[in-house]
Amino acid sequence: MSLADDQTLAVTETRDEDEIRRARAARMERVAKWALPLLIMALAIAGWAWIVVANEIPHYILPGPDRVWDSLVTDWAMLIDAAFLTGWITLAALTLAVVGGAGLAILFNQSKMLELSFYPYAVILQVTPVVSIAPLIFIYVDSKIAGMLLCAWLVAFFPVLSSTTLGLNSVDHNLRDLFRIYGATRWQRLRYLQLPSALPYFLGGLKIAGGLSLIGAVVAELVAGTGGIGSGLAFRIQEAGYRLNIARMFAALALVAAMGVFIFAALSVLSHLLLRKWHESALSRET
Amino acid sequence: MAVRHTDILPLGQRPPLLRLNHVDKIFGGEVVALKDMTLQVNQGDFISLLGPSGCGKSTALRVISDLMHPTRGRVEWEGDHVRGDLGVVFQEPTLMPWATVAQNVWLPFRLAGKSYGEVKDDVLEVLRLVGLEKFLNAYPRELSGGMKMRVSIARAIATNPRLILMDEPFAALDEITRHKLNNDLLKLKAKIGCTVIFVTHSVFESVFLSDRIVVMAARPGRVLTELEVDAPYPRGEEFRTSNEYAAHARRASMALREAMGEPA
Repeated sequence: MSLADDQTLAVTETRDEDEIRRARAARMERVAKWALPLLIMALAIAGWAWIVVANEIPHYILPGPDRVWDSLVTDWAMLIDAAFLTGWITLAALTLAVVGGAGLAILFNQSKMLELSFYPYAVILQVTPVVSIAPLIFIYVDSKIAGMLLCAWLVAFFPVLSSTTLGLNSVDHNLRDLFRIYGATRWQRLRYLQLPSALPYFLGGLKIAGGLSLIGAVVAELVAGTGGIGSGLAFRIQEAGYRLNIARMFAALALVAAMGVFIFAALSVLSHLLLRKWHESALSRET
Repeated sequence: MAVRHTDILPLGQRPPLLRLNHVDKIFGGEVVALKDMTLQVNQGDFISLLGPSGCGKSTALRVISDLMHPTRGRVEWEGDHVRGDLGVVFQEPTLMPWATVAQNVWLPFRLAGKSYGEVKDDVLEVLRLVGLEKFLNAYPRELSGGMKMRVSIARAIATNPRLILMDEPFAALDEITRHKLNNDLLKLKAKIGCTVIFVTHSVFESVFLSDRIVVMAARPGRVLTELEVDAPYPRGEEFRTSNEYAAHARRASMALREAMGEPA
């Protein structure tokens, strides 16, 4: 009896002041992680509403948050169609960026000659601002969709290419020796060693590419305008601007931002699911 | 192909396994990593390569495992040398972090084109030999340093290799774990009767484990002398505390000091 008592006592006593403080801090952080950004947003919206009212700013210059909300509700059908188009272009471009970027990385990794020949051009494509290439693309590419995909792809593929290349080359040298000793073929080395090693790097590049393909899609829409293929969010922003419908501009902008956040969150979840079992980045340390 | 057992004959009666014949390895035309190394390895030997850093121990292992070609001289295997004839344990456990323990041990089979189903029993058996049969589905990060090293050893012995190379496998472990793994390695060797070349810079480890100690010197890397440790196996804690052990350790220490260029 006394032994059991002692043990309970010991258990309660092991939570010393330090640990209680640490537990409290961890709890606070969990709440604050969500509460603080939401609070900042609420304050910003309230401040915005107050400025509009206090200065009697006309709605065609700066609409209040209420008008933006109204626009979001009344124009919802139009905006959501536009969001679907932009989202579709973004996802298609991201898919192509993954296929093209990872594919090129694997090709470059397998053939040093190919890498030496083409890598500089991949860099040139990346460092030339897409806004300046886009008008040219639409001169030569008839299909608006194809042109927009090409623009978005140009911006998005490079991070996938460079991070996957880095990953394929970051194989543990002892494991590489081990594969040689066991007489692994080039294909076996790629499949069982290099691709898994490159996965965390690839996923890092993918997160960046997700955001960039949205930017690419938006830029492409602004340059391409509409051509009977429906209109994306960026085009709606431009169009609402011409009509001085500033509230709709904000509403469309909010949707673009939400889309960007969604893409980032989705790719983060994907990355976590793929790496959680083994990679340091996905592990929570106890200490 | 279950793990097979080979009887170990006494020193002097063992059939030859491979021979390094006047091997030189020179890097960049000037750095002599290995000079005129001749070594005959016999079936069942437990050879330690003992020496200071830069004496060419690791270079010798790389030459034997065909990761490097000798500048001069040859490595001659007795009979046909096929892949899978060699098991290797590095200083780090060198496991694939994305693969489970079982998948890591499966690797040499997998690279030889065998499905997991075909070799499942062998994988289980070697894991049982190193005492990790309960950790089949664990990932390397869930294991301690000593356990990871056991997985690495299990992988090295899985294919019944004719020779196992170990490159300072326990150097990064703490003393207690190292002792335990030394004991277990000897038990394992007695069970399967394999041939081992073990690189170390610890006099005590080399005396405890091996029956032949090849003492090497640096600049240029070369074989200085060879000592026999004729104490019988199995060796355990009583050997570690015996006078015989102390005498062997003294001899090995003196040879090592000579190898380092200090007066004995």
